[in-house]
Order: sequence, then C-alpha cells, then structure tokens
Amino acid sequence: MTTQERVLEALEGVIDPELDQPITSLRFVSSLEIEGDGDVEVVMRLPTPQCAPNFAFLMAADAQEAVRRLPGVHRVSVKLEDHYTGQEINTALQRGEGFAGAFPAETDDDLGALRELFQRKALVARESRLCEALLADGATAEEVTGRRVRDLPDVPDTRRCLELREALGIACAPDAPAFVLPSGEPVEAGELKRWLRTARLVRMSLEVNGGICRSLLQFRHGLEIEDPEEVLR
Amino acid sequence: MYERNGEKYFVVDGHIHFWDASPANWIKGQEQYAEGWINCFHAYMGLAPAETHWPIEKFQKYSEDQFVKDVFEDGGTDVGIFQSTYLKSWYVNGFNTAEENAKIAAKHPGKLIVNGRWDPREGEAGLNQLEEDAKRYHMQGVKLYTAEWYNGSRGWRLDDEVCKPFFEKCKELGVKNLHVHKGPTIWPLDKDAFDPKDIDVAATDNPELNFIVEHVGLPRIEDFCFIAVQEPNVYAGLAVAIGGLMHARPRFFAKVMGELLFWLGEDKLLYGSDYAIWEPKWQIEGLLDWNYPDDSEFSDYPAVSDATRRKILGLNAAELYGIEVPKDLQLPDEAGAPAAREAAVGVESS
Repeated sequence: MTTQERVLEALEGVIDPELDQPITSLRFVSSLEIEGDGDVEVVMRLPTPQCAPNFAFLMAADAQEAVRRLPGVHRVSVKLEDHYTGQEINTALQRGEGFAGAFPAETDDDLGALRELFQRKALVARESRLCEALLADGATAEEVTGRRVRDLPDVPDTRRCLELREALGIACAPDAPAFVLPSGEPVEAGELKRWLRTARLVRMSLEVNGGICRSLLQFRHGLEIEDPEEVLR
Repeated sequence: MYERNGEKYFVVDGHIHFWDASPANWIKGQEQYAEGWINCFHAYMGLAPAETHWPIEKFQKYSEDQFVKDVFEDGGTDVGIFQSTYLKSWYVNGFNTAEENAKIAAKHPGKLIVNGRWDPREGEAGLNQLEEDAKRYHMQGVKLYTAEWYNGSRGWRLDDEVCKPFFEKCKELGVKNLHVHKGPTIWPLDKDAFDPKDIDVAATDNPELNFIVEHVGLPRIEDFCFIAVQEPNVYAGLAVAIGGLMHARPRFFAKVMGELLFWLGEDKLLYGSDYAIWEPKWQIEGLLDWNYPDDSEFSDYPAVSDATRRKILGLNAAELYGIEVPKDLQLPDEAGAPAAREAAVGVESS
C-alpha cells in the first residue's frame, strides 16, 4: 500500500460528528498532497463558510491525528479552507493546540461533551434502522428487545453501532442487549414503539442535515450529485 | 390570493425580506463577514429549481419592483410578514431593518406586516427601543436572532435571565409573536449552538406569547419536535424546509413534513418563502401539489388534505396575526376545527 493509499484510508475513518458520516464520502477533503519523505498536506472544505467552528475543529483535528499515526508519514498539515474561523483553527492545529488554543478566552472545553452528545444521537439513529428491519421481517417487540449484540447482522450499521457503543462506554459484548437507549440502558418491549418513533425522528434529522450539507457543497463547488440514495450510510 | 385551476387560496408568507447586502453597505473591516453572509444565502438559492436562480449581483440588492412582482404578482401573497434582520455589526444600514421594511409596507397598506426585533444584551435602552418600535410599526411580532454579534458577545439564549424583562415588555405591548431563528453562532463555542432547548424554558414561562421557531429548528429538528409536542405555544416556521428541500431533496422534504405533522399537527405549521433566498411562486405551487411518495416508508405519517394545505399556506398565520380572511377563502366550519392531536399523544422525548 502506498503512503497515498494509507492516508486516504485513514481519512475514510474520520467521521463528521454531527452527521455521522465519513468526511471523504461527504467530500469535505478537497485535496491531498504528499511530498518528499512523507510530508502530507490535507485541505478540507465545508458546505458553507459559516459551518459551526466546533464541529469543523473536531473534523480537522481528527484528520490530523489519523494521518499522523501512519507509518511513512513524516509531517502532516491539515488546513481548513474558506471558513470564517479557518485562520484560528489552522493556526491551532499547526501548533498542536486544542480547541481552546484556537479560541483563547472563548472556551476552555475540548469538545468532549459535544462529541459525546452527537455519538448518542448517531447510535440511536443507526439502531433504529436495524430494529425496523427486524420488525419488517416479522419479529415481535419482545423478540426484538430480547436480541443480543451477537444476533445483529454483519452490516455497516451494526459495525458503526458497536464503534459508537465502545466510544461511549456502553457494553458491546456478544451477550449485551442489541438495542439500547442513548443512556445505554436496554430498550424494554413495552417502550419499543415509543423509542422507535423518537429514534426515527433523530435518524431523519441526521439524514436531512447530511442532505442539505451535500446539496450546498455540490452547488458551491459545482460537483456532480453522486449520492442519490441520500441516506445515512 | 393565489389562484390555480379555479381554486383560490389565502396566502400569508410568514417570512420575507427586503435586504441590502450590496458592497456599498458592507462595514469597513467586516467585509469578509458581510460578503460571507450573503454568499451563504446565495448558496441556499442554489437548492431551488435552476430557472429561479439569480446572479449574485441581483441577489445582493434587488429592486422594489422586483419584490412586488415576485411576492405579490407572481406569488399571489395576501399578506407578507417582514422578519427584520439587522446584522449591524456587518452592514452599515443593517441587512433589512424594520425602518426600511416599514417604508415599503407603507406603500402597500394591509399587505405587509413589519416585525421588529430586540436584543436582551441592550438592556434598558433596548427595552425603550422596543417600546418605541412597537408603537411606530404597530408591531405584533419580532424576529429574534440569537446568533447576532454584539459588543464582543457572539450570541445569546432565550433562557438567559436578561430576556425576562423583554418578555414582559412584549406582553405589555401586545407583541405576542416571537419568531426565533436558531442559527449558527459561535458562542458559547463549545456547545451546540443550534440547540433549541432554551425555547422550551421560554415557552413554558410565557404561555401568553407564541414562539414560532423559524426553519423548523433545522438542523436540530428532532430536539425542536420534542419541545414543540409539549408546548401549546410553539409553532414551526417552514421557511428553508420548503425552499431548501422540496426541490433539492424531495424525499427528505416528505419526511420532514411527515414528522412535523405527526409531532406538531397541521395547526402549528406556517408557510414562509424566505424571499429573496427563494421566490415564492414555485414553493406555493409545490405545496399545493405536494403529497407523500407512494412508498411504505411514508405510510404511517398523518394524511395531507386540502384543509392541511390551506392552513399551512395562510390560515394558521392569519390566526396568529389576527388577519381577516375573506369568507370564501376560509375553511368550512367542520374542517376548521383544531386538528386531532391524538397521533402524538403518548410519545415524548426519551
């Protein structure tokens, strides 16, 4: 695998925390250059110059960290282009400072709580799709809420759910409940319908936001629409 | 009145602008923000049908004749509600102030309602200004822009203590419709700036006031729905949901409408074009034609009827603003009864 391929693969693992989708499939990576003995420059673009600086920072910092870890990478620079706080964010990244370093006196937070809040939303959104598929196959509420992690199909939603659960400290052992509330508590059969109704709303929100972001980015950069399916992947 | 195939519809556009974002109005040193703002709006126009796109020069500043043509002549709008957006940190004369909006309104008696604004960070002076504005413009409503920058502060929240005197002043003055824009702000930086939870507190504490959440709380529509289902005085302004999704992402639009009809019901939704981000005509046409895709994914959303469309297009807003609707454009009595809410009963935020 070339350094270029490794870097691309690493960037595919960087997730927009608000949309729960890879920054590469969202087309937020606008260029990637590798020079000499492993100097990597990644340039990122967002749908609008006004996109929230906190999420923007998380994505840029995650990208930098993901690439930095790779063998064969000597130096890495991630730059956010055409954003109203791009300068502050780029400078902080260059100096290896956190979010508080980018905006001194405006925050002392490392955005951990914000990231966690959206991980919980993403978990609920993805679980709801797995759950709907089971119900569509004829499973009852009791059967669905009795399922364990090991019973879940090996599909992208399951894999992402388990990643999120691990990040949130929610049990992901094979015998752990398959469907959990945002708090990590198992979903009870009696509340399944209600839980599913709210979970579906959360999923719709994530998908719609992703759709708007894609549309704005496409329009702004004259890109072809490549994702007519439009759903959370 | 919008007329199509012999059918007549009463149209209240709950969200229109007449702005000046031309370079001559940009504040020196703040050009990047002033330009960035209008460019961002212009990108949203890109989500409309291509034949309705404008070049950026026209979009920055459009004429009064253009406004009259798009809103009244082609759009058939009976009453338009100006949502004033000041942004005086970036624009010399403001982006579209109540003062400028009132000048046009005066030329079209009964056709345009001018909403003002307040900002709790202005304290006593702000309260006095609100009183003065309310009397001058016969204000029934305000647009609250929590993301606005002011003296080094980059935003505020409706549950801030400093808002309380402003709510009281609104009640005293009969300014009962508070349109709230939950939008990008970078303060507090480390929190989710779109979070609409502050509306929950304000709506519960002030049952005499109506809170119309513009853009249906996008991008936090789920949090908005969880709040709105519990608060009888919370409404959804559909501006941006229609313009941004109906053409560009029709399946998403159908899901948004389905969820809103489920959680809030058809009496709580208000049409708004967000002109001049999008022209009204294609949005009204689209709403009149709109229904869910014929697909099992949409099968359990509340049904959409002619009455649903009429309420959304104008009758709900007419109720909030006390606008008289000609008899022949009203709903028959039985259809005008409040929509059934049982669909949402028993469902609450987890």
